[in-house]
Amino acid sequence: MADILLEINNLKTYFGDIKNKPVRAVDGVSFKINRGETFAILGESGCGKSITALSIMQLVPSPAGKIVEGSVVYNGEDLLKKSEIEMRSIRGNRIAMIFQEPMTSLNPVLTVQQQIEEVLQQHRGIKGQAAWREVVALLDSVGIPVAEQRAKDYPHQLSGGMKQRVMIAMALASEPDLLIADEPTTALDVTIQAQVMTLLRDIQKRTGMAILLITHDLGIVSDFVDHVAVMYAGEIVEYASRKDFFTAPLHPYSKKLFASLPAKSKRNRTLDVIKGIVPPLTTEFTGCRFYERCGAAIKQCSKQLIRLVDIDNTHSVRCLQFIDNKINFPITNDAVSDISDTGNIAVEEVFSVANLKVHFPIHKGIFKRVAGYVYAVDGVNLTLYKGKTLALVGESGCGKTTVGKTVLHLNELTAGTISLKSEDISLPTTSQLKTLRRQAQIIFQDPYSSMNPRKRVGEIIEEGLIALNPELNSIERKTKVKTLLKQVGLPETATSLYPHEFSGGQRQRICIARALAVNPEILICDEPTSALDVSVQAQMLNLFKQLQQDYGLSYLFITHNLSVVEYLADEIAVMYLGRIVERGSVDDVMQTPQHPYTKALLSAIPTVDKESAQEKIVLEGELPSPITPPSGCHFNPRCPERMDICTHKYPDTYNISDSHAVACHLTEK
Amino acid sequence: MFAYISRRILYAIPILIGVNLLTFALYFLVNSPDDMARMHLGAKYITQEGIDKWKTERGYDKPLFYNETEQSYKKLSNTIFYNKSVKLFLFDFGNADNGRNIGFDISERMWASLAYAIPVFLVGMLVYISFALLLVFFRATYVDLWGVVLCVVMMSISAIIYIIAGQYLIGKILLLVPISGYEPGFSAVKFLILPVVIGIVAGLGSSARWYRTIFLEEINRDYVRTARAKGLSELRVLFSHVLKNAMIPILTGAVVAIPLLFMGSLLMESFFGIPGLGSYTIDAIRSQDFAIVRAMVFLGSVLYIVGLVLTDISYTFVDPRVRLN
Repeated sequence: MADILLEINNLKTYFGDIKNKPVRAVDGVSFKINRGETFAILGESGCGKSITALSIMQLVPSPAGKIVEGSVVYNGEDLLKKSEIEMRSIRGNRIAMIFQEPMTSLNPVLTVQQQIEEVLQQHRGIKGQAAWREVVALLDSVGIPVAEQRAKDYPHQLSGGMKQRVMIAMALASEPDLLIADEPTTALDVTIQAQVMTLLRDIQKRTGMAILLITHDLGIVSDFVDHVAVMYAGEIVEYASRKDFFTAPLHPYSKKLFASLPAKSKRNRTLDVIKGIVPPLTTEFTGCRFYERCGAAIKQCSKQLIRLVDIDNTHSVRCLQFIDNKINFPITNDAVSDISDTGNIAVEEVFSVANLKVHFPIHKGIFKRVAGYVYAVDGVNLTLYKGKTLALVGESGCGKTTVGKTVLHLNELTAGTISLKSEDISLPTTSQLKTLRRQAQIIFQDPYSSMNPRKRVGEIIEEGLIALNPELNSIERKTKVKTLLKQVGLPETATSLYPHEFSGGQRQRICIARALAVNPEILICDEPTSALDVSVQAQMLNLFKQLQQDYGLSYLFITHNLSVVEYLADEIAVMYLGRIVERGSVDDVMQTPQHPYTKALLSAIPTVDKESAQEKIVLEGELPSPITPPSGCHFNPRCPERMDICTHKYPDTYNISDSHAVACHLTEK
Repeated sequence: MFAYISRRILYAIPILIGVNLLTFALYFLVNSPDDMARMHLGAKYITQEGIDKWKTERGYDKPLFYNETEQSYKKLSNTIFYNKSVKLFLFDFGNADNGRNIGFDISERMWASLAYAIPVFLVGMLVYISFALLLVFFRATYVDLWGVVLCVVMMSISAIIYIIAGQYLIGKILLLVPISGYEPGFSAVKFLILPVVIGIVAGLGSSARWYRTIFLEEINRDYVRTARAKGLSELRVLFSHVLKNAMIPILTGAVVAIPLLFMGSLLMESFFGIPGLGSYTIDAIRSQDFAIVRAMVFLGSVLYIVGLVLTDISYTFVDPRVRLN
């Protein structure tokens, strides 16, 4: 029988006024974690996952939040009964925690060494030379190269992945029994995510600690965990072993999560979305919390509180269907509709860039002479066809966003040509620039910070019309704004509200409406869904597909999320350190990737579909600096198939077929 | 770093030239030397000879910018502009209208100003930070609430009230220290205690409230949560994590004021009879001695620019993320 390490019973953590409409962030959560296992809490943002973790550590922001009920039994002792001083010998010692944002979770003015030594001194009483040796050993064990030097660095001198490794080293310093990892890889690239998750698994094998993983990513759950609890609106709605969960999820919410994942097989239809949003946690629930969004709900569901029922030893679910077998529930099909594939439209080129270069100068000295360049974009060729989607894929820092901004002349270009419908607009005149802005619009990653918070939604959308369609009068503009809101699925009343009054997905809809205001033919989408939850992402992807079908829009879709690409894109260009290393149709690149970098990227994505999963290629190291790119092929220091020639000659681009080209020496042979 | 400082010094030159031209214009074009002489000699019984004599004694008899009667470079150098303004760049302040050498007076009186300003600055920082930390440690309790109320009350009261009340209570009723006055050397201490304490108390409300805001902003950062998750005590978190980060805005806000300590405090020095540069300036304004006022305005701008450069340099010491280039 498995040995229970941590047992949480009926935990309730409320925020705000406890007596009057509190925010029930965690509302009666119970689960058990066995020694040495990996347990995941899965759910969308705002479901109480992180607060559950913070409650275990008793780090709930106080006085705003308060644990009002329940017990957290660790090794037979209730942590909630412990005093703050007793708790300190548990925190960071027996139970350690790492957080989502390694960038902000380390103290910027202390060195790595100081921050790790703090733990050693606090919990193990190690100081001085011994502590130094221990710090170096710890950094070594989390795979940080040249640990002696890195220990003396400040956090800002390290990359995101390295910072997360330092956080892990810090958490391991006291050899904890339980590591709570709150979205540990969400802020990192897929290749780095693969490194960090593999590292955590290796450490777990070595030390036998348990991991409580908090995540919204089904792929990670499928790759790494033993048991999973799905959380929704402050409650656990399903609890299962990984195998049961992935072969037969029971709760309608869990099923919907799977259904809303984009994938290749779903290309010709819309994605199944969960309608609406998570209900406010101030609600006094009288029935199932998922009632309003559930496709299979019946009247009864809203009338009684649903308890968690055990299906078998390791599988429980909170759904009326499994409580009362006599009720006939409506059989639900995926609420999806077909979308005609845009494959057979006559190919018409709308936009292209050739040999695009963007070099940012670095200034130095008294007179700010130019001391070097950041080679952000270094010779990129792209062609966008009417009604098609071209995906530009790569790790953060590879220059993909710079490409997006430069083609709209939001950045200055160093060299190369940009043509809009075969008109050269590399050095645009004022009227050419106006035409460009009317025909091509951009949508940014963070919908909130890309809108002026002091303007009403109506004004935000109208702004582009005033600038680029001055012939419209104010009434025509207002009508147009209302039509646009309808197109993106928002009510007309939205015009008089401010951006902060909307949820993340709705804000991105507003941004899309703003971009569509001037009837563009081209939309440049810079990571438009990466700040959103899967269910909201599915809504957005459906919208993108719908708009493309209705208006023949062309998308330049900049992203690092390959499953989105697979679902949405017609063509893919893979970018590495300022250059395109492989491009081709979605089938070419996803099915028969040629470049070792593309192969590694594809294999690094955690996948839900176990059968198609291949051996993971975990890339070593990180994206090199674009100031001093490696000689020869830029990818050679990380390439698992490096040859001699790779270190001194950048490969030419070879056409494998009409639609598939790759820049790699392997292809030459 | 060196390149950065050199560049900043180069930037300072046009600013100082601008300050110089502006003050020159204000003092000589608005007020002609004749007007100045009349003001100094008194309105009655003024003869043109008297005015001319006053002007010659003080060098105001020359042309403003260009002297046609002189040879070669002296055409430019033997002018009011050259003698009174250009020489400021060499820190040659010339004589005051009462005949005393301004540079000498400044070097004499600066020490009294520093004797008051340095203790106020150092002890003040310590008191304000400690008080703010205390409020933050007891955040969201009644200690914090009433502390903030106290701060707001204190910053709403004019500094003059503190001065008069302090002089009355401590100096007149309790007779602990003299009400005002100054003696050089060690005996200055008994004259300085009261103004220093009042100076600190008068600044407590606004500074402590500001520092508290900075601390609270830091205390909600992610790295503080990490520090707590390590199992550190609240005091350790406050002192070794929050304080270090909060010192970045606090120190850099304070460093800019360091050079200006030389200039003394106009208000405190004149109320407590401290013979420093603050009272020097006030006296000069009162007696319409424009030579001194111009010198002090120029000195003030120079010190302010020095303060700004020092601020930038101090960033590199307290914040490892900042490198100057």
